[in-house]
Amino acid sequence: MWVYEKKLEIPVRVSIPDVRMAARLITQYGGPDGELSAAMRYLTQRYTMPTGMTRGLLTDIGTEELAHLEIIATMVYKLLDGATIEQIKAAGLDLQYAVRDKAVFFQSPTGEPWTAAYIQSLGDPIADVHEDMAAEQKARAVYEQLMRLTDDADLIQGLQFLREREVVHFQRFGEALDNLQEFVERKKVY
Amino acid sequence: MTIPPEQMALLRRIQETQFVAVDLNLYLDTHPDDQKALCDYNGASLQLQALMQEYEQCYGPLMHFGQEASRLPWAWIEDPWPWDIRY
Repeated sequence: MWVYEKKLEIPVRVSIPDVRMAARLITQYGGPDGELSAAMRYLTQRYTMPTGMTRGLLTDIGTEELAHLEIIATMVYKLLDGATIEQIKAAGLDLQYAVRDKAVFFQSPTGEPWTAAYIQSLGDPIADVHEDMAAEQKARAVYEQLMRLTDDADLIQGLQFLREREVVHFQRFGEALDNLQEFVERKKVY
Repeated sequence: MTIPPEQMALLRRIQETQFVAVDLNLYLDTHPDDQKALCDYNGASLQLQALMQEYEQCYGPLMHFGQEASRLPWAWIEDPWPWDIRY
């Protein structure tokens, strides 16, 4: 069961509208290594995990990723808020605008819709947790790439937080993997 | 949309306290026997509950689906929504 809290996990600030940056940032909303992929991957893998630790961790990190999804949406929303048609055209994003104005949507910066092909749940706990660790590294790398694309100190601060959370999540998944490997070994002893 | 400084200050304290709880929650998921972390978590939890109660009484509900009571008119649908707040 999910319950919503009417507040962001952290304050989100942008210094100035930036249509181009919004269009790039959307990769962490609906792109392959974004927060939707992370949330959906963890929240669906958890059903076939064998231990309370992995079920709990996937539920909790998956839920936090939904909060991060909201942060990205807020960043995109604020970056587009107040942008004029001239600014949108100048950024070459009138194609986007024609389809959906300033709406936030699940797609990559090049327009591919989000797909479950970005994620996997194999039902094999060891394989699944390795995928989760890889996912966190990919997200971390993408945040670093995005931070290099902007000079907006406020925006960078928000992206920095999201990057740091990926590092912590990676750490937690590593610990869960160790525990899982012990569990699997113990089960083999008859 | 801006909110009054006192509301912002309380909201910031809630975000900070809750973040401590979230981070400790994840840590405890993989370190279930860590006494110190557990104490810190429970401390943050109590503090968070008090802060949220204060916020709700002054500024309206932060949670839906029965987590908090409301006055009339139904306050949940009122502004500001999180993505509108100017920090």
